[in-house]
Amino acid sequence: MSFEEKGNWLYLVVSVVTYLAYVSIILGRAQDVPLAEVPYVSTMLWTIGIAVALSIVGNIVVAISKPSEADKSDVRDKDINRFGEYVGGVVLAVGMLAPFILALTESDYFWIANAMYLAFVLSAFTSSAVKVVAYRRGL
Amino acid sequence: MGKPTKVTNSIRSLRFAHGEMTQADLADRIGVTRQTIIAIEQGRYSPSLEVAFQIAGVFDAPLDEVFQYPDAEASA
Repeated sequence: MSFEEKGNWLYLVVSVVTYLAYVSIILGRAQDVPLAEVPYVSTMLWTIGIAVALSIVGNIVVAISKPSEADKSDVRDKDINRFGEYVGGVVLAVGMLAPFILALTESDYFWIANAMYLAFVLSAFTSSAVKVVAYRRGL
Repeated sequence: MGKPTKVTNSIRSLRFAHGEMTQADLADRIGVTRQTIIAIEQGRYSPSLEVAFQIAGVFDAPLDEVFQYPDAEASA
């Protein structure tokens, strides 16, 4: 498995795990109050920050574990990356319709922010998943 | 995606004919990762024209000795 492919697996796992952790924390707080009134801003920012930090640290750990492969990226990696980013971009564009509609209908900030976050996560997940499949099964 | 390329190749046999060259050796000589050589050999990735010429150059063979496109040969 190339360095780039490992990085994609890492990004895939981190984006899913951190988002599921965020959702479980928010749902846990919604036992006694309506969901839209749950304090979410700091949790969301922390989750995004932790996801970014985990991706960076994970990439460093992968690079240290096999330094000979760390800076190797070739034309196939670039082709797969371009394809994955394209699919992720389409998902993000479609996903952003939800917060757009929520904003137009003057919904709670909670729903707008969470719809945006979900769109970002779905985009990141799809992009990484497409890349992983392309590495495994071909482009 | 996931559909194997129609381009076939003789890289594996050419490697063995050239002193049992390893995939890693070939990858190093043309500046790609070993995983890319594996993907090309298994028909999971069609290399760029540049990489195809570089591979042919390593074996000092014409391009159509390294890569074949069955449909094109049938219609020729």
